[in-house]
This record gives sequence, C-alpha cells and structure tokens, in this order.
Amino acid sequence: MKISTNWINDYVKIDDINKRDLAEKITNAGVNVEQVSGEIDFTNIVVGEVIDAIKHENSDHLKVCTVSVGNETRQIICGAPNARKGIKVIVSLPGAILPNGIQIKQSIIRGITSDGMLCSLEELGLEEHSEGIHEFNEDAVVGENPKKYLNIDTIYTLDLNPNRKNDCLSHIGFAYEVSAVLGRSINMPETDYTKSDFSTDIELKVETENVLKYYAKLVKNVVIKDSPEFIKQRLTNAGMRPINNVVDISNYIMLEYGQPLHFFDADKVGKTILVRMANDGEKIITLDKQERILTNEDIVITNGNDPICIAGVMGGLNSDVDEFTKNIIIESAIFDKLKVRKTSIKLDLRSEASLRYEVGLNPEYTLLALKRACHLLEKYADASVSKDEKLVDNIKLEKNEIKVTLEEINDVIGVKIEHDDVIDILDRLKFEYVTKDQTYFVTAPTRRLDISIKEDIIEEVGRLFGYDKIIAKLPRLKMQTGSYVPRIKYRKDVSSFMQNLGFSETRTYSLISKNDSEKYKYEDKENIELLKPISKDRTHIRTNLIPSLIDVLNYNKARKVEDVFIYEISNVYYKENEEFKEDMKLCALAKGKIEVSDFQRTNEIDFYYLKGVIVSLLEYLGYKNRFRFVRNENIGFMHKGITADILVDNKKIGFIGKLHPNIEKQNVFMFEISLDNLSNSIGAKIKYKSPSKYPSVKKDVSFNFNKNVVSTDVINDIYKFGNKILKNVIVFDVFDTEDSRSLAFSLTYQSDDRTLSDEEVMKDFENIISKIAEKYNAKLRNE
Amino acid sequence: MKEQLETVKKEFETLNITSLDELEEVRISYLGKKGKITELLSKLKNVSKDSVKELGSLINELKREITEKLDNQKKQLEEEKLNSLLEHEKIDITLNGTFRKIGSPNPIEKVISELEEVFISLGFTVVEGPEVECDLYNFEMLNLPIGHPARDEQDTFYITDSMLLRSQTSPVQIRTMLANKDKTPIRVVCPGKTYRRDNDDASHSHQFTQMEGLLVDENISLAHLKGTMDLVVKRLFGNVESRFRPSFYPFTEPSVELDISCFRCGGKGCELCKNTGWITVAGAGMVHPNVLTGCGYDTTKYNGFAFGFGLDRLTMLKYGIGDIRVLYTNDLRTDEFSRRDN
Repeated sequence: MKISTNWINDYVKIDDINKRDLAEKITNAGVNVEQVSGEIDFTNIVVGEVIDAIKHENSDHLKVCTVSVGNETRQIICGAPNARKGIKVIVSLPGAILPNGIQIKQSIIRGITSDGMLCSLEELGLEEHSEGIHEFNEDAVVGENPKKYLNIDTIYTLDLNPNRKNDCLSHIGFAYEVSAVLGRSINMPETDYTKSDFSTDIELKVETENVLKYYAKLVKNVVIKDSPEFIKQRLTNAGMRPINNVVDISNYIMLEYGQPLHFFDADKVGKTILVRMANDGEKIITLDKQERILTNEDIVITNGNDPICIAGVMGGLNSDVDEFTKNIIIESAIFDKLKVRKTSIKLDLRSEASLRYEVGLNPEYTLLALKRACHLLEKYADASVSKDEKLVDNIKLEKNEIKVTLEEINDVIGVKIEHDDVIDILDRLKFEYVTKDQTYFVTAPTRRLDISIKEDIIEEVGRLFGYDKIIAKLPRLKMQTGSYVPRIKYRKDVSSFMQNLGFSETRTYSLISKNDSEKYKYEDKENIELLKPISKDRTHIRTNLIPSLIDVLNYNKARKVEDVFIYEISNVYYKENEEFKEDMKLCALAKGKIEVSDFQRTNEIDFYYLKGVIVSLLEYLGYKNRFRFVRNENIGFMHKGITADILVDNKKIGFIGKLHPNIEKQNVFMFEISLDNLSNSIGAKIKYKSPSKYPSVKKDVSFNFNKNVVSTDVINDIYKFGNKILKNVIVFDVFDTEDSRSLAFSLTYQSDDRTLSDEEVMKDFENIISKIAEKYNAKLRNE
Repeated sequence: MKEQLETVKKEFETLNITSLDELEEVRISYLGKKGKITELLSKLKNVSKDSVKELGSLINELKREITEKLDNQKKQLEEEKLNSLLEHEKIDITLNGTFRKIGSPNPIEKVISELEEVFISLGFTVVEGPEVECDLYNFEMLNLPIGHPARDEQDTFYITDSMLLRSQTSPVQIRTMLANKDKTPIRVVCPGKTYRRDNDDASHSHQFTQMEGLLVDENISLAHLKGTMDLVVKRLFGNVESRFRPSFYPFTEPSVELDISCFRCGGKGCELCKNTGWITVAGAGMVHPNVLTGCGYDTTKYNGFAFGFGLDRLTMLKYGIGDIRVLYTNDLRTDEFSRRDN
C-alpha cells in the first residue's frame, strides 16, 4: 500500500513534521513503513537564475553558468543540454546532500571552478528520468526554497501485517493510526451533496446471504472529463493511473475509505438489480473483454436476468461506464470475504478492490463512501444526485465490549503502565470506553476488525506505550534439566561421529522428481506426491537420500572436486496403508581419497573402507558382534557383485555397496541405514571389563577352498568348532585364483584365569583344522 | 715384566681409534682371550711371590683403565654414528603433510547447535515434529481457521486436503501442549525443516529451516520473553542490543518482531541493515488464548510466550552468506565450516 502523506494531511495535521521521523515512529508502533520516498532535505538548495551561460573552453558539452541565487552570484559548471541564459533553476550549493546521497562540494571541472550544481528532478528523486535540469516558471523567486514550486509529496510504502489490512489499506485508516501515534485529532472528509428531486427508481433484490450490505444509488447527467489535478496527483502517488473523473473518483474513494465502489451505466442496466449466486456454467464477459465461466460459488450482480458484474472482482462489459455514459448507478457493498477471495483466486483476477473485499470492510463506511462519491461526482463531474438510495442490510452490528484490567495489562506486558497512560492511549486510539476502578470496558470500533479480545486491547496499549520501555528479565521457573529428546541426541551423536571420520554433512531438498523417486527406490515404500508442485523437479517427497547425495556428488564432480566424502541425516516420508510414515535415514557417499598427500602415493578408498566406516559406527553405537552383511544383488542402481544388506540383530537396517556403472562410471560407494530401525535394537550399555592378566597365544592357518566359500561362514565355523579359550578369529590374507580361493586365518587364544599351555592350545587348534578341512573339503597350505 | 707392562700401556695410549670396528679389534687384542692383558696375567704365575701382588694389582689397574677408556670411546663413537645417521635421515620438513579429510557440519546445523546449547542451559528441551503435518496443527489450532487471510494456502505444499508439508515449525507447539497437558512448565525448542511454495532465488527457498520455541507457565510476560531473547542473541552475535517491534502472528497476541542492533556497523547504518541500524532476527509473542484453550490449557491460570527464528537468515547473517541457495548446494570447496567458531 502506498500512502500519500499530502493526502494524510487532509485528515491529520502532519505538514509540520519530518516525514522520515514520523515513518520511524509509526513503524515502531507496529505499522511497518517499508520505504519513504520523495522526502528531500532542502538545506542549501535554492531557486536560482542563470544570468549567463558560455561554453566551457575544455569541453564540447559543458557550460560555465553564472547563476544568481539572490544575494550573490555563483559560477557553476553544467552539462545539461537545456542549461541556458534566462532560465530559473534548482541550485544545490556546497553543503547540500541530495536524496541519492551525493554531497555537493566546490570542485574544479576541467580546470574551471564549479561552486554548486544545477539539478534535474531525477537528481532530487522526484521523477524516474529527467532529460535535463528542471526549469521553473518565471514567477519563481530567486533565493527561495524550491519546495513550494515543486509538487512534493512524501510517499510511504507500507508492508502491512494481515491484521492491519482491514484499516490501513486506506488513507483514512492510516490517518487514524498516525493520529494515535502523534496524539492528534482527526478530520473526516466532506460528504454533503445537493439532493435532486428524483429517486433511485430501480428495484434492488438480494437473493444470497453472501451479500452483507448493498447500496445502490442513482446519479444523473455526469460529464466525463479529466479529474482535477489533486485527484490525478494523489492517485498517481498512491500507485494508480488516472483515467477520467468518474473512474478516478471510484478509485479515489477506495484509497480514501478502503471501500471499493462499482459504477454501472444506469442506461445499460435498466430498472432492476438482482444480486444472487451464479448458476453453474453461467457466462459473463468482463471489462477486460474475457469470457468468464462462473459457478454457484461466485456472487454475481445481474440486471434481473444476465450477470452484469462479478461481485467484488470485476464488472461486466455490458454495463460499463464509457465516454457516452450519462447516468450512473453507484454500488457500495460488502460481500462475503471468503467468497470474493475464492472467486478472485479461481479467475486469477486479483485487484486492489478484491484485495480489500477479502480482508473485510468497515460496515460504517459503506454509506459514508457512497455519500463521499456523490459529493465528488457533484463537484467534479457535474452530477445530479438522487434524493434516496436503495439498501439491503444483512449485518446485525453487535456491540463488542471488551473488559480488561490495568493489572492484566501490566502482567502481560511486564512493565508498570499507569492508569493515566492507558486512558491517554485509548483516547489517542479514539476507542470508546468506560472505566471503573482501573478496569476498562472498551468498545472496538468497526474500523478495527482486528480488535476483538482482551489481548488485542493489551497489545494496543503496549505498542503505543512503547515496547522499548520493557525491561528485560528472565522468568522465574521451577528448575528443570534441559536436554535433547533421545531421537535427536542419537542423530547428533551419529552426525558428529561421521564428521570425525572425515565425512561432511550435506543439507539437501526433501522434494525430488518423480523420475528420481522411482529410479532410486530400493524399499517397498509408496511415495508421497504433492497436489500442486511448483516445478517438475520437485513433485515427490523422497523416501531415501540416495538421489540427493548423488546430486551433490555430480555438482562437485563438475567443479573438479576429486574426493567426496559426504553424509546426510534426514527424515524421509512415505505412505503405508494410507498412513503417512516417517523414517530417519543416514546416507553416506564416498569417493576418492580420505587421506591426500601432494607428493606421496595415497590410496583411493574401496568397498572395505566404507564397510569399515559402518562397522566402526555400529560398534560405537553398541552393536558389537550383533551385525552382519548379506549379499544383495537386487538393488537396481547398485553394482550387484559389490552390494550387501546390513543386518543388526538379524533385522535389515540398510545396505552398502558400489554404485552401478550405469549410474556412475567412477568408483563411488554408498551406504544408507535407517537410524529409526537401528535404534529399535538397544545398543549395549557401557560396563567395565578388565583385560585378561594372562598372555595370549596366536596361531595361524591357511586353507585352499573352492571358489565360492565366503570368509564369514568359515569364521563362524571356526568359532563353533573351537573351545571357549578361542577369543578371536580374523582373516589376514586372501588369494583368489580362477577356481580356488585361499584364506589365511589368525586365531587368538587367551584365558581370563590361567596361562594357557601349549598342549591345550594345539589340541583345540588341530581339532579346528581337521574339522574345517573336512567340512569344506579344504586343503591346508604350506605344509 | 714391569717393562712389558709399561710397553703395553704406552702402546695402548698411542692408539688412535676412529671406528667401532677398530675399537672392537683393539678390545679383542688387549682384553680378549689371547689379548695382551690376558697374556700378561697368565705370565704372573712365573713371577716371584713377593712381586705377584704388586704386579697383579698393576696389571688389573691397567686392565681397568683400558676397559674404561674403551667403554667411553665406544659410547662416544656410538653417539657419533647415531648422529651421522640422524643427519642422513634429515627430510624437508617444509613439504606438505598428508591431509586427513575433516568432516564439516552444514552451517545451519552449526547455528542450530549453538542455539540449542543456550536453550538447554536455560532448561529447555529440544524436541521435534513431523514435516508431513496435518492442516489442523499447522493452521487451524494455531488460530488460523480456514479462510483466514494469513493462512497462506497458496504458499503451502498440500498433499491431501488435510495433510501438507509444514509451512512453519509452529505445529510442534500444538503437539507439545497436547502431549503435556497439565504438565507445566513447558519449555521446548524445535529446530526443523519447513516448506513453502516459493521459487528458489537468492533470498527465497522452497525449503527452509526454523527454530520454534515455547514456554508456558504462570505469570509470564513480554518482559520475560525479552530477557530470554536477549540472552540468545548475545550468545549468537556478541554484544548486540535487542528491541521489540509490534507485529502480527495469528497464534500470538501481542506479537512482536525481535530486532538486534546491526553487528556489522554497530547501529550506525550500513548495507547489511539497510541503513536502519537494526536487523530482524525472530518473530515472537505471547501465546494466543485461542491456542492455549484449544490445547486444553486454562488461560486464567496459564500463559506463555512463543518465538520463531528463521535459521537460514540467521546463518547467512552470522557467516556473511549472500545467497540462501548456498546453504543447500553443498559445494565441497567450501571448508570454512569445519572450523571451530572462534
């Protein structure tokens, strides 16, 4: 909303106040003045007369002007094409600061002293583009402040909160706010007019409850012409284009009262106005010459048969005011705001008018705005105004008296406000109230639809008293431990563990494309799809983080990042049996080298590196000896020979593997696990166990197996065949040939209560060797 | 015999031993089984009983002397040898070290952790809530009934008529109050992802991050909110001033915006604060009675405050990031955030 401060001055006196200071006061009181324009500091800026202008000896376009500024003359260099002898101009003397921040100083331009600057309106921020310096009429007095010869209006651009759109989308509403901030009185505009002896001889019928109030009034013999200058100027300053006196007056009143009006050509309408809900499929051609198809959700004004206007949204072409219009029916009405909103959104016809209908209108202005229109039409369009008007009124105004006590106000604001302060503020707000023993019974005015409960009054008092007067203090509460809920703690622990291993945390978008959601699906989970996405790249909520991390990989690969070690922990969502489910995933991606030397050889990581990462993580989380890896050949986007499911307590929690070469040519490894599934298995508690005091014994053995034997099976069997003194088994060497596979194992024996003898270790060791050899038909190597 | 002894002694003293090998040879030739000292000792048996004692002690003294000298010399030679070895192993210590990758947090998470730390120290619990949320909690119970002009239906990603991607973290207020009925005080913060139907550009993102806070108890005022917010912004931005400006949120009444004095220019006015000297960092207010009542709280007894930080903006302000998309691009050439926040 753009506010002309000159216009505001009609209602509340502000012409004696600096507009920037005022804007700050208003903003601090709660109505945000986002931008102030046109406010100029005229210190050291005067009207001057060019006495002489000669060509600058070192320039083709510069002129050396001798300028009279009243009591003295100055030599000023000017480059404007219209700088010439005899004109009266704006002179900025040294010391002046222009609105664009330029400080005027005495300077030397190509060898000649310039003692100021001749200004264009552009340089003063008064127009967007100037062709040359501004020329005054001859009657401008040299040496005076140029302000009085310029049409200067400071414009406020308001950034309104939704609760203040009811009142501050109008100059009168904003003027009330200004008057409250300044504590000044308010004058309402003139609304009187001469009543002619004819009546509004039309039949008004309203057949829907969605019309709350409807006035129709006839004016005759309008003369369509240009609006007076002040109306044109004010409309322009408030951001609307002047068209002709009649159209401009309806816009002027909308900007003045916030009440949109509609003018019908009375001769095109006929003698009936019937307001009703549209029939499904009913058509109207609107002012913009578009055919609109309506539904029974849209309110229409009809001539008894055909629609002539979509209520609150746009008029019909069949009843519009044009250059031949003589007689007008003025509509001043309030429609159901939700209906207007729905219709305007549906038809994509959002206008200044529909915006105001949508936020709600002051029922006390419906008639006032109508009268004001008559006043202006009589004055500026030579109209004759009917002696009466037609009205349908469905509003039952109930007086809402809000009770609030001084104690309640002070308790909520947390500062001592005196009774007299409250009285003063209520007076400034021009709220009606009765007070009794520091209790206030306040009647909310109809122009402030946002005021309805006690807390609203407290806020009004607080904001005008000044929140800067609140002294900060901490609440006194029962002691309570602060903490993370366990799920967040778990996530944060895993996150810092991953960072400590050299992985960087990513933050990616939850919305992905349909294509990605299908391509990277590995669980039987139904995607959640948006009803109205904004782009085809973001239509589905991801069920896993795989495509997101691949995107990050590709982004960085394109920027020549060789080594990529990233992870993300995020909630993902899916549908199961028509219910929406959440799952917290950890996904990691690794490519390249985790350790890099500039001049020494370091190795690229492989599957076993990333497997080590997940094993470290699982052991950190307390799942030692409770996890295993099982080959999975069925994940489409993964290398089927280098991919495994990860199981904890025999429940699948995720997978690890290498990306399929069709997805990624380079060696890229990923894992993803569900932290929610994982944390369902409780990790082991920390309990101290002292290391054995007795020495351990190591025994190594190597077998030739046939090709398909996997290490885990053999290790499990070794444990099974071994005595309880066998503490640990690892594979320390692997050698694969075309048709055989040799695995070397290192077995560690140790007892907690004695030093082991060679005999008991060898007995167990040999027993294991023979049983393994037998079970796998394996041969001992190097014998 | 005595002369022989003198000769051996003199001969030994003239020796110039330069290496450990030489030293070993000398040791054998003097102290070995067939060495000169051993030889002298073996000749003692042919000497008269009178002189045996004297000669014997002389030879032993010489033996001790030689042994001591050789030991000292050995130590010295060994040290020289080790020193020359160390000299030989000298490397160019200015060459770059082998760099171990350092994992870094996303900058938003860094700011979240910092805020969480303050709030936990004040006795708040850090909670969470689902991003796929129902209209009831995201709007309706937050005093935004259907048709409310501040409802932002156009700007919300709906999934069904009643389900949506949450447009704010505020529904966690509702969830917390419903779950904690009759258990005051409530003190929670909730950081999390939020979504709006905005096209992505330098200052808009369809996905962004908020931190919601809620405190419900008896006799809570705006002054308490200001005190709490003051602590938080000072922790995050150092010694800044804070102020409240009246504002509007449907679920708080009164509502305020929290501004801090510009930490770059100190309030004088600069590009960052758009010459106002102030930067808005949060929205807040006293919980609206409709919200409390809807969640089953007796508003004659309980009240509270709520606040919401826009974490993307806060992160951008804190680290001088000019484009919101940077937070979601994950350019690994950026390694600043692996550092400690000094």
